[in-house]
This record gives sequence, structure tokens and C-alpha cells, in this order.
Amino acid sequence: MKVSKEEILHIAKLANLNLKEEEIDTYLLHLQDILNFANIVNNAPVEGLKETIGTNKNYNVFRKDEIINFEDNEALLANAPEKERNMFKIPKVIQ
Amino acid sequence: MSREDYEIVIGLEVHAELSTKTKIFCSCPTEFGGEPNTHTCPVCMAMPGALPVLNERVVEYAVKAGLATNCEIARNSKNDRKNYFYPDLPKSYQISQFDMPLCEKGYVEIEDENGEKKKIGITRIHIEEDAGKLNHNEFGGGSLVDLNRAGVPLIETVSEPDIRSSKEAENYLRKLKSIFEYIEVSDCKMQEGSFRADVNVSVRKKGANEFGTRTEMKNMSSFRSIVRAIEYEADRQIDVIEEGGKIEQETLRWDDVSGKTFSMRDKEDAQDYRYFPDPDLVAIKLSDEYIENIKNNLPELPESRKARYMSELGLSEKDSNLLTASKHLSNMFEKASAICKNHKLVANWLLSDISRILNEKEIEADQIPFTAEELAKMITLIEKGTISSAIAKKVVEELFENPKDPEEIIKEKGWIQISDEGAIKEVVQKIIQANPQSVADFKAGKDKAVGFLVGQAMKETKGKANPQMLNKMFIEELKK
Amino acid sequence: MEITELTVHELKEKLANKELTITEITKAYADRIEEKEKGIGAFVTILKEDAMKKAQEIEEKVKANEIKGDLAGIPIGIKDNICTKGIATTCSSKMLENFVSPYDATVMEKVNNENMINLGKLNMDEFAMGGSTEYSAFHVTKNPWNLNKVPGGSSGGVAAAVAAGMVPWALGSDTGGSIRQPASFCGVVGMKPTYGLVSRYGLVAFASSLDQIGPITKDVEDCAMLLNVITGHDEKDSTSENREKVDYTLSLKNDVKGMKIGIPKEFYGEGISEEVKQKLEEAIQKYKELGAEVEEFSLDIANYALATYYIIACAEASSNLGRFDGIRYGYRTPNYENLKDIYKNSRTEAFGDEVKRRIILGTYVLSSGYYDAYYKKAQQVRTLVQAKFDEAFSKYDVILTPTAPTTAFNIGEKKANPLEMYLADICTVSVNIAGLPGISIPCGLDKEGMPIGMQLIGQKFSEETLLNAAYTFEQAVKFRKNYKPEFKNI
Repeated sequence: MKVSKEEILHIAKLANLNLKEEEIDTYLLHLQDILNFANIVNNAPVEGLKETIGTNKNYNVFRKDEIINFEDNEALLANAPEKERNMFKIPKVIQ
Repeated sequence: MSREDYEIVIGLEVHAELSTKTKIFCSCPTEFGGEPNTHTCPVCMAMPGALPVLNERVVEYAVKAGLATNCEIARNSKNDRKNYFYPDLPKSYQISQFDMPLCEKGYVEIEDENGEKKKIGITRIHIEEDAGKLNHNEFGGGSLVDLNRAGVPLIETVSEPDIRSSKEAENYLRKLKSIFEYIEVSDCKMQEGSFRADVNVSVRKKGANEFGTRTEMKNMSSFRSIVRAIEYEADRQIDVIEEGGKIEQETLRWDDVSGKTFSMRDKEDAQDYRYFPDPDLVAIKLSDEYIENIKNNLPELPESRKARYMSELGLSEKDSNLLTASKHLSNMFEKASAICKNHKLVANWLLSDISRILNEKEIEADQIPFTAEELAKMITLIEKGTISSAIAKKVVEELFENPKDPEEIIKEKGWIQISDEGAIKEVVQKIIQANPQSVADFKAGKDKAVGFLVGQAMKETKGKANPQMLNKMFIEELKK
Repeated sequence: MEITELTVHELKEKLANKELTITEITKAYADRIEEKEKGIGAFVTILKEDAMKKAQEIEEKVKANEIKGDLAGIPIGIKDNICTKGIATTCSSKMLENFVSPYDATVMEKVNNENMINLGKLNMDEFAMGGSTEYSAFHVTKNPWNLNKVPGGSSGGVAAAVAAGMVPWALGSDTGGSIRQPASFCGVVGMKPTYGLVSRYGLVAFASSLDQIGPITKDVEDCAMLLNVITGHDEKDSTSENREKVDYTLSLKNDVKGMKIGIPKEFYGEGISEEVKQKLEEAIQKYKELGAEVEEFSLDIANYALATYYIIACAEASSNLGRFDGIRYGYRTPNYENLKDIYKNSRTEAFGDEVKRRIILGTYVLSSGYYDAYYKKAQQVRTLVQAKFDEAFSKYDVILTPTAPTTAFNIGEKKANPLEMYLADICTVSVNIAGLPGISIPCGLDKEGMPIGMQLIGQKFSEETLLNAAYTFEQAVKFRKNYKPEFKNI
């Protein structure tokens, strides 16, 4: 499958990444290269095979509905680039 | 063409916060409120390396909700990631369910515009996590992220586009809310946002097979706003079509103050959620025994309570309907009746004065500030003749303002009924003297005059006189 | 006797019979780091003072009989994507350069419960994406056998530190070969356990369905010992297996008589260097001599598995790395006016090219219109790979392959061509795709004097079989006795 410049820009937008004009061609080339290789999966003899969901056979792994308070609340906010009144501060978002 | 030539088509996606003790994927409390970011841990704060583990009760509650709404319960289910960036979504993906929801193909029965029974289809019910909250800083500029709510468990109930009017939408929402309350999976506190709806509205010409293009209004949490928003949006769409325009599929914001909808997201931001199975979580497999067990332990649902009120208590269908519409009202009815043993009087008070005040205050039955014990006490005081109905009305008002033991209220306010014969006689004589015309009317055979005199006597005693005694004594005195 | 040349089981013995003290050992490693780190660059964070302080504390507690355990006071190194409370956990990324974890990974709790001493956090390819440690945002780690060569990756700092004697052993992580390939390049032992055997709680996720923490050690016995420490069910990780604990050291029987070893001929074909093939042939010969039954068979999955690997790993990574948004922790751009700027500029400025490349690839394969052709297909191929391995393990106890197609390459040699770098993972990724255990042990040197690794693959939870097979070979060829890294600079 051929990837267009518009597509890669759309994808970068979904991923919240900026691509500089001069980088786009390199990213496009690399992505195309890798996708061409990855396309092998479309030739694999997988007729009738189910998709693997989960690497092991674990199922119904549940937790009891019991409260455990995290012991170091302060540390959870210690890495914040900007905070105010114990909240993470960001530029104004209009909802 | 006129408005009558159009049909409104409504679909609702209802988010109800489950009343579990802990969040869906971590052991933090779900309790509403709390200092910002204190109900958090590495998991719900999306710290690098932290992993989710599913709360067993979330699955149980979702299955309960599915069974109570006639859904098929999936034997095999899973969690998926819905990827998008938003500051209230710390992982930049929401753990939800995509193609294998826990419950599918259900329905609830409501009344349509004309009071006829109608089934509203439920497409699916799935489990997912709630997002955090953005607080807008009025002074400093900027927004502040509080993640106490992030990871609170939700069930999303998606209806079929079976709803045809704002009234039906309201009836459906009330029904769903009452079911969730009855089975105790959610407290459905709309004012706290724990029961809220995304409303999808489209219009089409009557008789058309295709649906029109729909618009969506997200996160609405008052019945009144939902009704208004549907009506406004349907009218707006009809106007656009009538003027030869086209409806754009978009998310709108309902503004309660102006009573209008506004376009919300910029359109170039087309979303692509890139759902895929969450590799941090494992499959959910439910056995027949598990489902059967939940089914057998399901609390009584409104329909069955209603039937019981009619057959066992002899209440009318209308009253039974009204009483069971809300679990809180119905519970209060049952509890108060059990104490005072007069279910008819309890029903009357709940459906008349108490319901009227709820309406006036625009609050729901779960916000009634007094207890069933207090209501029962008041009923008993009426029965014993300690207070009159007129006084009881004032007691109810007072119970809403300053709830406490009704006996104390009437003592404090001096509202105890005058049942002392001497005192009553004194009043009767005074009123007779002041109303010679009524006395003459009575003597001329107009029995109604007694009613007028009793009214005057009640006025004189500020409603405290025992009306039965007044009645009796007036007749005795006038016949003398 | 050089303390830093001893294995952990040797150190343990010398501690037990009081030939050495805990502080002597820690001091020796601190000195060794001082001496060698400049040339190697294996660390992101060195905890020299902390370590010496802790060594003294533990020594006193052991003397006072307050703590027991035969690993008390043994130093260790930790890959920098394993969360360590109160200590920077950077993933060798500008994004997390100043990030201090508020909690310990489950494996760190286990390490701390043993009273081991953390010597520092080890360099890696950014967010474990890469096979040479050249994609570290901080510095390139050099291969102790030849300073102009890469140590492999992504656990390059881990393998280099163990090979250079700067740590006695260490924990790495393996998503597509990130433990085994650097172990192979640096001439040490590296094991990727069965998926679910070791808790992933606190391992900064690259690809959740493939990631696994494992040991990199000087020899197989140490590998078994460290595996004993880190395995075990963890309620905080839904994918953790609930199995009874095993003492892996008991599996080292030094006997492979009758063991059935399968040689998948496709893993010895095109792209595998002649020298690697030759040393593997010798290894096969050795196993035959030791009494194993060796048989060639066909396992035609390597290319499918590699394509599948890059689709799945990148898809999961694109989602896992969404949380780095400049709001709660990590890098925030100074260039912003609104929220969108914070997202875009923080991520663009703080992620390296390789990470961005994989996020873009992952976003692409999950996006609407391509999901079925790539992601969904890849998940089906995953089922196919598992089925093929199941079939093989109905006949063989272990499968023997090269760990990597070549020995360590020159720094800078492949950095410009991502696909070529990806192809170097051909021998290792299928193990992750199928969730199997794999171990890499050295089996010789090439003409340039660079180590060659061989990989043993087993069925799920066959770590004991793998360790015994590796141990028996190791005892027979005595690689460590014959060869030592020389810190050449040619």
C-alpha cells in the first residue's frame, strides 16, 4: 500500500506529533519501507485462524472491590510541570 | 411542509456511574468530592508502568443492569482501548468495550405520549472508565486537572433509535434511572453527574425509511434540559431542511441559559479512536451459573412492585405507577407504611403534597431531606387527631426545610390541634355570634352553612381546632 | 582475585565463608564503575554513594542477625525503564529525563526484599525501541569487547555493564530480543522468561503483550538465581501467571542426555553470517557429544513473525506512549500558547526519531481503513506462529538458533536505515510473539574477537529445561574462562 503525504500528516496529527517539512519525506520513505515488509502478513497462511487476543490464557483476572489508599499521594504530583491547588495546570480549555 | 409532517428520531447513550467502593481498574475510592487528586494512585494517574486490574463488582453490576433490562449477557467479553487525547483522560486512551460488550439486545418498556406501552430497544450495555474533571480557574487563567473521578466505573447503555419525542425520551430516562436505582448498581445522582446522557437527534419526513443525519449533545444531566434541547434541536433541524439546507453530523453543546445548541468541535478534527483489545487486560468469560446466580438475586424491579401495590394494597394503577417510578419514593412508601400501617394515607401524602414540593423545588425523590420514620410519625399524628390535615400540610413544608421529629415541630410551632371541648365550644359560640346570616341560612335548611362556619372557626384558630369536633358542635349549637 | 570478575554465586559463597564483606564487594563495584564507565557509558544514573551507604546498613543488619537471605548485600543494576521509587526512571528519553517514579516496580520490591543493593540505572534505546542503544537520548553505550561496536539493544547498558564487570548482574527487559541480543553481542547470559512469569507492574510499557523483564548475568547459574528472585504471581498485573514458585537452581543438572533439540533450518539461512553459522554448527556438535538428540526441521515463520512483531509492537506502543502528554509528568515544551501546543510540541521535542517513527507506524496500522489489513492480520499470524511452535514442541524439548544474524556491528553502521535494524531482530522476535521463554548464551568469538550468541527456545514455562540445556553447554565449553572483554579500541 502506498502512503501519501496527506496520510502521514493525518497520522502525525492523530499521534500529536509535528513533522517538519524537511522530515516528511524521510518519515514517508521509512514508513513505506517498513509497511512493504510488514505486508508479508497478508501472504501468511492464516485462513480460518482466530486472532490472538492476550499472550497467555489468563481470563477472569479480577480484583476485590476493597479500598486501598495509595500511600504517597505527594509523590504522585511531584513530577508535574505546573500545578496549582494540588491540580495539574494547563492552558485554558473551553469545553 | 409543516412541523407535523416530520418525525423526530432520538437515540440515547446513558452513562451511569456504578456504586462500587473502588474504581474500575484500581483500588482508589470512588467517593464523590474529596480534595483534588487525593483519590488517586499510579494506575488512575497513568504513571508510566502502572497496570489495570478489573474490579469484579463492575462486571457483576453490569450483568445485573443487563438482566434488569432484558439483555442477552455475553459469555465472552473483553476490554478495548479507545485512543484520543484530552487532559481529563490521563492515559490518552479510555478503557472501554468495542465489539464484545457485556450485554446486548435488551429493551425497557415505557409509556409513549398517549400513555400506551412501548418498548425501547437497548443495543448494548458496556463497561468503561470515567474521565477526570477540568476545573476552570476564573482568576489565574488556565484549567486545572483533578483526577479523582478518573477511573470511576461506568456502564454505558446505548438505546436503539426508537424514541420519537422529548416526552418519550424523558420517560425512557426515568425508567432506566429507576431500574438502576432498584437493582442498586448506581445511585444515579444527576446533580453529581453520576447519571448523564448523550442525546442523538435527527428528523425525517413521516413515512420515510431512512434516518436523517443526526447531531449529538453530550453529557446532559437534567431531564428538563434534555427535553428542551431535543425540542430546540428538532425544530432547528426542521427549519434547516425546510430552508433547503443540510444537517451536518456534529457534536453540539446545549446552552441552558440561552436555550440554544452550539457547534462544539472544529470539524477538521475528525476523530479516529483506533480501538484495539487492551493487552494489559485479559478475557472475561462468564458461566451460565454465574449469570443465573445474579439473576436469582436480582432485587424486585419496579414492574413487579407496581403489580404488588395494585393487587395486594388495592392502589390504583396510576398511583402504583407514580409511587414505583422512583425507588426512593417507593422505598419511602414501603417503609413509612410498615411503621404506621396506613398505606393509603402514606400514598396520598407522597403523591400530593410531597410530590408537589419536589416539583416546585425541581429535585428528585432521593433528595427528600426527611426520613420515612418522620413521615410515618406525621401520618400517625393525623390519625390520632393530634394535628389536622391543614396543619399536616404545614408540617410537610417544615419537614422539607428543617427535617426533624414532627412531634417536636408541632410542639415548637404550637400547632397541636385543639381538641378540648371547652375551648372548642368557646370558639363555636364566638363564630356563631359573629355570623348571624349563616345561622339564619342553616335554620332555613341550608346545611352548607355549617361548612362555612367550620372554615371560619379554623381560620380563627389558625387551623388548630379539630374539624370533626367543630362540625359536630356547630350542628349541636345551631339545633339548640 | 578480582572481586568484579566473580559471579554472584561465587560472591555468595565468599560472603558466607566470610572471605569477603558486603562493603568490600560494593566498594569494588563502585571503583570498577569509576574506572570503566567513562569508556563504556552503560549508566544513566549511578548510585555510588547511596549504594555504599546501603551496603554499610545491610552489613550491620546482617551482623546483628536482623536480616537473613543469601543475596543480602549483593549489588545489582537496573535497566532504566523499570520504575524505582525516589530514583529517576528515564527510559533514556528526554521525555522522562527528570521523572522520579512515585512507586517501585514489583520486581524492584522483590529485589529490595532480598536486600540487594542498586548500583544504578542502565542505559537503553529510548523506550526500549532499538537494537543498538544508539537511540538513547543521552549517550551511546560502547561494547566492552570493542569500544567501536554497539553493545546491542535495547538493554545495551545492561549487557555492557555486566560484561564490563560494573555490576555483577542486572535486570533488563525484552520485547523482541532486547535482553537476548545485547547479551549475545556482549558475551553474557540473557533470558527472556515466559510471558506472564515475571510481573510487568512498573515496567514502562513499550508493547504490553510482548514485554517481559528478565536477567542478564555472567553465567547460567546466576541467571537461575536471579530468576528465582523476580518470578512469582502479582495481583497488580492481570497477565501475571498464577503458578507455584520454582527453585530454578535445582534444574542445573549438567546433563542433556536424551534431550531432543530441534534445529529450524530457516533460522540458519540467508542473512545469517557465515561465522555465526559456523559457531552454531560447533555448538550443535557439542550437544551431540553431550548426548542430546539433535534433528533439523522446518519452522518457516521467521519473516511472518518479524512483520507481525513490528505491527503489534508499534500499535501497542503508539497507544502506550499516549500518556506522555506534558501534563502530569515528563517534559513540557516551553513553546506553547494552548493545550494543543503542549501536546504536539512536548511530544515532538522530547521523543527521538525512532520513537516517533514507531508511534507513526503504530498509529497508521490501527487507523480506520488499515486495521484489518495490518493489525487484525498480524493477530492472526500470531496464532499461526504459536501453532507452529506448539507443533515443534510436540517433537523437541528445545529449539536451538543463533541469537542474532551477526555479531555486534559498528556504531553508526545501521542507524540511518531503520528497516535494516529491524531485520536484525529476525531470530528473537518470534519468541515474544508466541510468549515463549528464550535464553542466549555465548558460544564463541568471531575473527574480530566479538562474541557470538546462541539462543535456546522452549515451550511455555520450560525455563528449567532451558537453563539445564544452557548450563550443560556452558560447563562443557567454559566460554568465560577462555575469553574476556578487552576494551579494545580499534
